Amino acid sequence: MGNNLKIKISVKNLSIYYGSFLALKDITLDIPEKSITAVIGPSGCGKSTFLRALNRMNELLPDVKTVGEVLLDGQNIYSPDVDLVALRRKVGMVFQKPNPFPKSIFENVAFGLRIQGIKDREKIEEIVELSLRRAALWDEVKNKLNRSALELSGGQQQRLCIARVLAVQPEVILMDEPASALDPIATLRIEDLMRELREEFTIVIVTHNMQQAARVSDFTAFFLTDENRTGMLIEYGNTSEIFTMPKDPRTEGYITGRYG
Amino acid sequence: MRFRERIYVFLTALAVLIVVGLLFYILFDIVRNGIGVISWEFISQPPREGMTKGGIFPALYGTLFRTLLMLIFVVPIGVFTAVYLNEYGNGKRFSKWIRLAINNLASIPSIVFGLFGLGFFVLFLRFGAGLLSASLTVGLLTLPLVVVSTEEALRAVPNSYREAGFALGATKWQVIRLIVLPQALPGILTGAILSIGRGMGEVAPLLFTGVAYYLPYLPSSIFDQFMDLGYHIYIMTTQSFDVELTRPIQYGSTLVLLTLTFSLNIIAILIRSKMRKRRLG
Repeated sequence: MGNNLKIKISVKNLSIYYGSFLALKDITLDIPEKSITAVIGPSGCGKSTFLRALNRMNELLPDVKTVGEVLLDGQNIYSPDVDLVALRRKVGMVFQKPNPFPKSIFENVAFGLRIQGIKDREKIEEIVELSLRRAALWDEVKNKLNRSALELSGGQQQRLCIARVLAVQPEVILMDEPASALDPIATLRIEDLMRELREEFTIVIVTHNMQQAARVSDFTAFFLTDENRTGMLIEYGNTSEIFTMPKDPRTEGYITGRYG
Repeated sequence: MRFRERIYVFLTALAVLIVVGLLFYILFDIVRNGIGVISWEFISQPPREGMTKGGIFPALYGTLFRTLLMLIFVVPIGVFTAVYLNEYGNGKRFSKWIRLAINNLASIPSIVFGLFGLGFFVLFLRFGAGLLSASLTVGLLTLPLVVVSTEEALRAVPNSYREAGFALGATKWQVIRLIVLPQALPGILTGAILSIGRGMGEVAPLLFTGVAYYLPYLPSSIFDQFMDLGYHIYIMTTQSFDVELTRPIQYGSTLVLLTLTFSLNIIAILIRSKMRKRRLG
């Protein structure tokens, strides 16, 4: 991997347990800044668990234990003095199923600002518009900002969720199969959007769609489970290399569709 | 086989008929005998001539007052309990014990609540026999309703909303206050209304905690004794010196009380169905 790239997230010996079940074993990888890193692999290989470890969302589930380190700009996000609220503002997340709040379009985007105690109406309006523009949604919703977000189509809802994340001005955006619930056209729009956002943000995307990983990502990590259904990292590198000349036969097998 | 099938259809239909028939018989009897008594005077005037004439205003006033007072205690405590159980303590053993305790609370006979109210609120806390003690005692009895329906409403809020909130850097309390509670509001309202309906009709918890046979004045503080509709019906039918003479008043009072609780239940049902529609839409 290119050494000239600044590392944004450094994962060191990360293992995750659900109760006594080892879901993810000893993951070590570096995620470069302002790039798109795709995590691929068959269902149940721990992709989402890995992603959710990067902003400590796994902790919302009971009985999850995380071992190892995740360094964000050199700071271990699992050290006990880390402020979870501050961490999640820095590391935003877009979910598999679009999940706008049952509030207006405007209030959805403004939510992250309101919880920070920002009251200045003008400032909020400004950031909401900017975020919607960056999420390529502004032109479609500018005349109905006070309508319920639930009236939007699935693709629009997902872009609204991206705008909602952008409004908080994160540094990293985690995307958990953001297009899996969308039709092909909406999917392409999300992918275009990701390419644009890449200029400013570090993006980590989990996808089960290999074409998608090949299309949008700069780096690809391939996960697979062992015989105990424990997820592990098989191969990680430049997307072009992973897809054209994988080093591991298991990667090749998955990419060429032999299993998965 | 066919024949047996028919017997079961017949039996179940018969059971339904008995239930609905009884309900309608009671309603019919009360409306037929009570409707003639209802008038503005009946609603707005105090009883006269040893309670054989006049209206039921002090009893109506007392019932509404104590129910409102009950709500002020029960809704916040009930909602916060449910929030704790569902949002903070979910899955913990402690929560399971609390839930068990709440379910048991719901199955305690109401006269036991009355005695508890006497011992705890009236005597131990020295609130005396009055509106406050009575409201708190009835409140204990309706608390499970609010807790259970609020919990149900909280559970119906999709987890994805909570996750989205946390992922944006919201604190747990912000997620609860700004996302979960607004979504659960209709369910909470339903619980509150059902608890009003239930609490309004209770008499046993009032017996030792402040209800009065007859008062020449309206209660002016929460420590005063009060008259109550349900209790009024009870004394008119059992303690009155001439039960026959007061029968129209008994029917009239019953009709008023039933109308109040029925309309509250209907409001609760309407809110709930509206909420369901919104969740689907």
